[in-house]
Amino acid sequence: MVRIDFNRLRFLVIDDNAHMRRILRTLLHGFGAREVHEAEDGATGLEAFTNFIPDIVITDWAMPIFDGLELTQMIRQPGANSNPYVAIIMLTGHSEKRRVMAARDAGVTEFLAKPISAKGLYQRIVNIVANPRPFVKTRTYFGPDRRRNVNPNYVGPERRKGGKTDLIKQTPLLDKVKAPG
Amino acid sequence: MANPRDTAAVATYGDHEVIMPENKLRKAVTTRPYAAGEEDPVARAEQALAELSTEFGSWMEAECERLDKARHGLAAVVTKASIELLFHAAHDIKGEAATFGFPAVSAAADSLCRLIEHTPDINRIPLQLVDQHVDAVRAIYREYSRSDANELATLLTRRLREVTDEFLISENRDRPETIEQIVGAPPVAPV
Repeated sequence: MVRIDFNRLRFLVIDDNAHMRRILRTLLHGFGAREVHEAEDGATGLEAFTNFIPDIVITDWAMPIFDGLELTQMIRQPGANSNPYVAIIMLTGHSEKRRVMAARDAGVTEFLAKPISAKGLYQRIVNIVANPRPFVKTRTYFGPDRRRNVNPNYVGPERRKGGKTDLIKQTPLLDKVKAPG
Repeated sequence: MANPRDTAAVATYGDHEVIMPENKLRKAVTTRPYAAGEEDPVARAEQALAELSTEFGSWMEAECERLDKARHGLAAVVTKASIELLFHAAHDIKGEAATFGFPAVSAAADSLCRLIEHTPDINRIPLQLVDQHVDAVRAIYREYSRSDANELATLLTRRLREVTDEFLISENRDRPETIEQIVGAPPVAPV
């Protein structure tokens, strides 16, 4: 079984509700975390993300100024900040399919629906640490691989195209010179 | 600023790249044996939450007052801002009530969120139905110690939801995709 030293992880909790921040802090400290930084909206959260350099961001969805979805999109900008690969857990009371898909497509690593539980939060963190997913960059998406499993029985169109980049084999000039004319 | 891509393994494909960033979280995976008292981190966190729970009653009270204030704000003037304040207050109660030990309050707050979220024209939001929702949330919380509290909360919330659905289906009769959201799919997120 995977065991995690929570005191080696830095957490950033972003939620405009002080009660929820206190609950998250209590749970994280209960797991053994020591470094838990808090921010009360998306803007201060982004500033804290830059200055505090967290390992894991836990953000609420509905927040003033800009929300958790917009914050995720700002973090997932390759080249725009020090860690666009940071793990992001979206914590929200929205659990409808379209919301989950929107969070996934913004680049969220894990989704945790309220009401929050110690077990649910712990499992998301263990998954992030023990089973990191590769990132995928396309013209329209940058974030964790949205395919969590490979399904060998999948039937349907392949949306990722092209396979490995085609390499056009060039004959070295020396070989051309040597070749009988 | 170091470019994190410099330490990532990148495989390039026809229309996408697969990037395996340096796993900075590996530092937290350990084989160190548990020290006494730290065998079950989830149980420890639950214990810490139980110790905090003495404050949950007053937190719930504060959230109900916030909802009540937002309801009066909306009654005074219907604007996008006053609607958002009310939605936010209801949405927080929906998400927090179960954690605070009042799960039966969540459903009434959820019904209010649906009413606000799916009413296409905010000027047509029925203030009386808003009031009934807010009063229900506060009453369910206030009477939580009654032995029949859960039963009453279920009946009250079911009726509120029926009236809300009836209103929303009528208001969205030209929006089939919204009606599908109102009457259709159950949540897909794991708990």
